[in-house]
Amino acid sequence: MATGTAHNTDHHHEETFISKYIFSMDHKMISRQFLITGMIMAVIGMIMSSLFRLQLGWPGESFWILNFFLGDKWAPDGILDPNMYLALVTIHGTIMVFFLLTGGLSGTFANLLIPLQIGARDMASGFINMLSYWFFLASSIVMVCSLFVETGPASGGWTVYPPLSALPQAMPGSGMGMTLWLVSMSLFIVSSLLGGLNYVVTVINLRTKGMTMTRLPLSIWALFVTAIIGVLSFPVLFSAALLLIFDRMFGTSFYLSDIHVGGELLEQTGGSPILYEHLFWFLGHPEVYIVLLPALGITSEVIATNARKPIFGYRAMIGSILAIAFLSFIVWGHHMFVTGMNPFLGAVFTFTTLLIAIPSAVKAFNYITTLWKGNIRFTPAMLFSIGMVSTFISGGVTGIILADSALDINLHDTYFVVAHFHIVMGLSAVLAMFAGVYHWFPKMYGRMMNRKLGYAHFWITFVCAYGVFFPQHFIGLAGVPRRYYTNSEFPMFDEFVSLNELISIFAIVGAIAQFIFMFNFFYSMFRGPKASQNPWGSNTLEWTTPVEPIHGNWPGSLPTVHRWAYDYSKPGKEQDFVPQTVPLEEGELDGGAGH
Amino acid sequence: MVTTLIVIAIVLASLAVWQLMRVFESTAKLKGGDSFVPTDSENRYQGKMMMVFMIGYFAFFAWLYVKYAPLLLPVSASEHGVGLDQLLNFNFLIITIVFVITHVFLFYFAYKYTFSSDRRAYFYTHSNKLELLWTTVPAIFLAVIVIYGLQAWLNITDDPPEDSLVIELYPKQFDWTARYSGADSTLGSSNYNMISGTNPLGVITDASLSQMTGELIEEITSLKEDLEEAPKGGVKEEELLETLGKRERQLERVTSFEGLDVASREAGNDDVLVKSEFYIPKGKSVNFIFRSRDVIHSAYMPHFRAQMNCVPGMTTNLHFVPTKTTAEMREITDNDEFEYMLLCNKICGAAHYNMKMVIKVVEPEEYYAWLGSQKTFADVMQPADEKDDMATKTKVIGNEISMIE
Repeated sequence: MATGTAHNTDHHHEETFISKYIFSMDHKMISRQFLITGMIMAVIGMIMSSLFRLQLGWPGESFWILNFFLGDKWAPDGILDPNMYLALVTIHGTIMVFFLLTGGLSGTFANLLIPLQIGARDMASGFINMLSYWFFLASSIVMVCSLFVETGPASGGWTVYPPLSALPQAMPGSGMGMTLWLVSMSLFIVSSLLGGLNYVVTVINLRTKGMTMTRLPLSIWALFVTAIIGVLSFPVLFSAALLLIFDRMFGTSFYLSDIHVGGELLEQTGGSPILYEHLFWFLGHPEVYIVLLPALGITSEVIATNARKPIFGYRAMIGSILAIAFLSFIVWGHHMFVTGMNPFLGAVFTFTTLLIAIPSAVKAFNYITTLWKGNIRFTPAMLFSIGMVSTFISGGVTGIILADSALDINLHDTYFVVAHFHIVMGLSAVLAMFAGVYHWFPKMYGRMMNRKLGYAHFWITFVCAYGVFFPQHFIGLAGVPRRYYTNSEFPMFDEFVSLNELISIFAIVGAIAQFIFMFNFFYSMFRGPKASQNPWGSNTLEWTTPVEPIHGNWPGSLPTVHRWAYDYSKPGKEQDFVPQTVPLEEGELDGGAGH
Repeated sequence: MVTTLIVIAIVLASLAVWQLMRVFESTAKLKGGDSFVPTDSENRYQGKMMMVFMIGYFAFFAWLYVKYAPLLLPVSASEHGVGLDQLLNFNFLIITIVFVITHVFLFYFAYKYTFSSDRRAYFYTHSNKLELLWTTVPAIFLAVIVIYGLQAWLNITDDPPEDSLVIELYPKQFDWTARYSGADSTLGSSNYNMISGTNPLGVITDASLSQMTGELIEEITSLKEDLEEAPKGGVKEEELLETLGKRERQLERVTSFEGLDVASREAGNDDVLVKSEFYIPKGKSVNFIFRSRDVIHSAYMPHFRAQMNCVPGMTTNLHFVPTKTTAEMREITDNDEFEYMLLCNKICGAAHYNMKMVIKVVEPEEYYAWLGSQKTFADVMQPADEKDDMATKTKVIGNEISMIE
């Protein structure tokens, strides 16, 4: 095991503004760069969702704010254009899934926590780490630019299935906007791969003395496995995107065959759009766990710390992370049950998909048992983590229905699916990301966030989030398809007009509530009270570093680890926590053995 | 309703403002540097809020259920759909129980074990027994769900019965065409190279072949004329050459269809094409065949619990037996205007939300009477044989777009 002598902190780096804040190679700064970039993207994605919720709540009505954001071309007289509606849902999905919950979430917390919690001076390669951020930023900028092209941004749904996305004749959004989408995603994949490789290498090689794999905090396990999943699956998306670029630009026919569009006969034959779907979902499903596993890792840390109790079933938690990661690669076909796939294959995917429910159930039960007989302190991070466990369960159980190929026939692409994945993936990951920010803010900025604002932020967000997505189960069960500009063309959906209004109100109130967080975040960054070294009474190594972050993380030598990360409320100890750096007493067993 | 919603919004907004005010009061205090962990009263308050939330959450669920469960899809109008609904209800029963139990534990524990400085958490790291319990119990339930679900799945995706009616549903941006196989129970061959204004599905019959060939030759001739007049080496010439090449290759492909055997060229003549609404008979198995002209669409018929993607370049199919006529369903739903609908359920462009067809389920006699009254494909193609009339017309046919739009 390496002891991490990458840097000698005694010699002082002369840092200029540029090398410290912009082209930084320090993992803590890169983490903050990812966080802020992710937050900016999230605000864009959130505003988009509010805009299309206006249309869905009050279809065809005029809103000056639509005109304000979208201009006369896309919202003439304040009425949303159907093409722009599709563009909004597409870019909202892309931003939230990739830029916030992949780049933003993993980028922030893998960078912050991996070196700090394993006792390393920095990432294995600071330079690659910096590149990873800069590719992410470039990709974000290209994506934002695509919003301003004349024919509008990509609008074939965030999955951008060809032929729709391949043919500019099929919709305006498949023109320049789609090209930029593909360029942006290609850059994003590069960023993700560079980051992921670095995380994997760092966790394997740079753990400090005594930090065995079975002493790693669950957050690191989750981020480590996430990085592995990403490294294995993102290249497949890259190939899918590349072939799509070929089809669009060079007249190849990987995905195109027998098409007559807009009065024009295309000459491509022999391709199959289904090939794209396979390639896309080969990333797309692991992607769900790329989003979810870091969220579960953060939740594990926050719950154990604030329940003042060891996480229940540490090894089972690791086992379930590994099981979920493995299974995530063999379930992608459940997104394609109604593409006419071989029924036998459908049956196999149903089986593998339902298997995932087992490790997921283990995780949920273990969280609940961790709370049992705990001594729970409700920091804002703890509230968000408990909220995350709730959404993980609420959204997870409906997955059992959608995994069932027979039941999926009638629910595929309805609002039931929208409700399911927003709750289990979107909300869970967003809530956990908030938990992570509230919990580790003192490590990021050396100051504390305001607790009362945190409480207000949590409750409004949590109530509104369920207010938005829970009713959508019912709308989906009524057969309302997703991505409909309006449901008013079908009298059978008229019963849900008022429910859609309610959802839109929750969505908009919830969106506005995020400004409480933004205010708290930026206010606390500069004016918050100075943090103490270990404000939450936590065991993990990051709380042994100085309050003011320094390059190389620890002054002097690296800490040595003597125990697992979860000795909270251990009998016979004076305090209700025992940091990992405290040596075992004579006869004391590690890792909760014997209890 | 809108007023209530606005009231809710105002209440929530004022709650937010109120919380904000409290915060600004307390920031001043915090600057003094008191404890970073929540105070006892905060912990107690948040613990109680957990219970309040749980009750509110369940109440919301109950309200939605009471109000909206009766407004969901009516009883299934297809044979297999009844079984699917039972399967769905069985699944819902299980997941609702799991959902309620886990949430009660989650929020109750959060409330019950709120922090107290004179107490310590129970150091409980793992229990093989418990973990085994909650690995095996879900596994058993899931096994039941898998077996039950796959039975239904294999049943639905089984091959259609021999005597099924064959109907093709053919989508394009942004409408559907239904094609019936006619008296011979066989759909005529079709190919996208044959698509024209009068032949939207590209059905191949002798009449449509000669029409298409005629149109293409006409266009090629006029392209060649234009080419001679076009300045050499210019952009115009390049464009014309490209179009000419395309048309010539299309003509080659179209000509090759003449090699198809007579039977498959004959089969299309009695096909019937309809738009905006189509009929299916009650009690007969219907096998739907899907292709697509441009992008992926999805044929979604929620009342029959049926859906299948329509993918360009390949054919897909699904079959079901309708069990309730439109008239019967109107009685069941107590709605005189009830119609079965075919929706598009795969994002396909700007008018995706309005791409629909009415499905009429009728008694078999009525169905056959209706089908008999429709024009066959041969009827539609008839004018094409009157070459003299067409000769003047085909001058403008060169541009296919104008014909289709």
